[in-house]
Amino acid sequence: MMTASDFMTLLNNEDLSLVIERYPITLDFLANYRLSDIATDRLLLDALMGVEDEILEEFGFEPYDLLYNLAIFLKTFSETRTTIDGVTSITINGGINKLKQPENISLTISAGEVISVVGPTGSGKSRLLNDIECLAQRDTPTRRQIMINNRSLDDTQRFEMDGKLVAQLSQNMNFVMDLTVREFLEMHAKCRLSPNVNEVVETCFSCANDLAGEKFSDDTKVTQLSGGQSRALMIADTAFMSDSPIVLIDEIENAGIDRREAILLLAKREKIIFVSTHDPLLALNADKRIIIKNGGIDRIIETSTEERQSLVLIEKLDNQLLKLRNHLRSGDLITKELINL
Amino acid sequence: MKLITIAGPPSSGKTAVILKLIETLKMPLGSIGVVKFDCLTSFDNLSYEAAQVPVQMGFSGKTCPDHYFVSNIEDAVQWGIESGFKLLITESAGLCNRCSPYINSIASICVIDNLSGVNTPRKIGPMLKFADIVVVTKGDIVSQAEREVFAFNIKQVNLTARIIFINGITGQGTFMLAKYLKNTLEIDTIRDMRLRFTTPAAVCSYCTGETRIGEPHQRGMLKKMEFKK
Ligand SMILES: Nc1ncnc2c1ncn2[C@@H]1O[C@H](COP(=O)(O)OP(=O)(O)OP(=O)(O)O)[C@@H](O)[C@H]1O
Ligand SMILES: Nc1nc2c(ncn2[C@@H]2O[C@H](COP(=O)(O)OP(=O)(O)O)[C@@H](O)[C@H]2O)c(=O)[nH]1
Ligand SMILES: [Mg+2]
Ligand SMILES: [Mg+2]
Ligand SMILES: [Zn+2]
Ligand SMILES: [Zn+2]
Repeated sequence: MMTASDFMTLLNNEDLSLVIERYPITLDFLANYRLSDIATDRLLLDALMGVEDEILEEFGFEPYDLLYNLAIFLKTFSETRTTIDGVTSITINGGINKLKQPENISLTISAGEVISVVGPTGSGKSRLLNDIECLAQRDTPTRRQIMINNRSLDDTQRFEMDGKLVAQLSQNMNFVMDLTVREFLEMHAKCRLSPNVNEVVETCFSCANDLAGEKFSDDTKVTQLSGGQSRALMIADTAFMSDSPIVLIDEIENAGIDRREAILLLAKREKIIFVSTHDPLLALNADKRIIIKNGGIDRIIETSTEERQSLVLIEKLDNQLLKLRNHLRSGDLITKELINL
Repeated sequence: MKLITIAGPPSSGKTAVILKLIETLKMPLGSIGVVKFDCLTSFDNLSYEAAQVPVQMGFSGKTCPDHYFVSNIEDAVQWGIESGFKLLITESAGLCNRCSPYINSIASICVIDNLSGVNTPRKIGPMLKFADIVVVTKGDIVSQAEREVFAFNIKQVNLTARIIFINGITGQGTFMLAKYLKNTLEIDTIRDMRLRFTTPAAVCSYCTGETRIGEPHQRGMLKKMEFKK
């Protein structure tokens, strides 16, 4: 593990070109300070002599400050994350519902499990997902407590995990970057400091194509992907590139992708998955489902054998509907024969 | 009284975040006040008034809103104390990307939104670089991957800030922000405190009303571009 002062030593003893070779992210740092054209065949401090004073001045820097900042920068971005690596289970300890009645529930969910959350609109499904996201410690209106690996968390730990624990996916999300699929995946891989960018990009790309109804090429702009293709890419990306051990999925009913495959993929990657849904197919594919009423967890139902068996029928119904949709798309008339099961 | 300064590009969600924060803090009506610093005009007073939050508006007109901020912040604090607030929040629109209204030891928050483009954090400058907390809004409409890239780019510019994702419409995330602000410094004046970053010298002839274009009319501190052949 390199410390900041190790990096200072490196910067003081090696040419910039070598630093860049070992830590390519140095280029980003230089670009941030408009120093992309700096000479690299010498020490950074020497190279800075050739830079107009004005540039450093505008950023409020002396050459030495810049050196120090780069050292800290490199240290920060070469740290391998540890806080969220070891999340193997989360536990929801019940609080109170909107009528102030106790929930009397403690539910532990392990990596690889899929939980669906069902309940009428306004009942508190999103609230539950929020409690998970902020790692509530009996300090939100619901008084729930969320534990990680059977342990409660103090504020420092919560802040550390905040923003990294949970990946979210919903119907309303779109891509806004002006990049091709490949560029997009490479950029994300770079941010994760992946050592083998090409491999992970390839995996993501082919997996997204398997999930999507219609295939797409890697030079398509992400903003031009269809709804289904976007969703497929987002899921593959979350599965292979996101560090977050927990995935919250809100309404992907009409996503135009293979929903079961998508969830299965995430589960196989040892994520803990919550799906807020009204779709019987998704709900029954989960291991358990949380029933929300009046802002509280009313019950937890384990998917029964009977329910699992009826999944086969539901899948049939679902395929039937899918067929009808496809007929509609291709301009056919919908006949009684088509509807007959 | 506590003081929090909030800055960010136009329409990044500052007002939305402040209103949700006030809601989350659950303090008695009238114990939180807002001062809005803007350039030419703003309709934020309507939003604050609708939420029964006492608000003062100031328009910088010809000068940069952050210069304007520094010249008026002491009076703003006085107003807050005289009004009996427990908390005063300032909202200022960062427009020139070169200034920032942050003061040493006063909680400083930068609000930016996910829609502004993934490289934006690398371009914003001191407003982002010197913030204690960076609030990122509008995560509800972009992909998880873009949120992650965005956060990564923020971190490149500000290694130490806390990054908090907030949905300005539902308020999701404000809980953590409120928690963060619990230990904000109590003040009774800010006289002699210091800005975290110098505001740039604005002393060219155009600062003082010159409108004619061309070399003969340019005086004072000038910065000329170099056009390569
Ligand atoms: N236990 C509780 N105590 C107090 N307030 C609660 C509780 N549970 C939920 N609420 C509040 O009830 C409101 C509605 O909840 P929420 O938005 O989570 O519903 P939802 O099930 O997600 O609805 P939809 O299906 O429309 O998305 C929210 O303001 C939420 O904060
Ligand atoms: N979808 C979405 N819209 C938001 C979010 N935060 C703010 N907005 C909207 O963005 C617009 C600008 O917000 P406003 O608070 O006025 O921005 P300000 O100029 O920075 O104060 C408003 O229409 C808000 O409703 C968010 O998290 N998600
Ligand atoms: Mg909801
Ligand atoms: Mg505003
Ligand atoms: Zn300015
Ligand atoms: Zn000027």
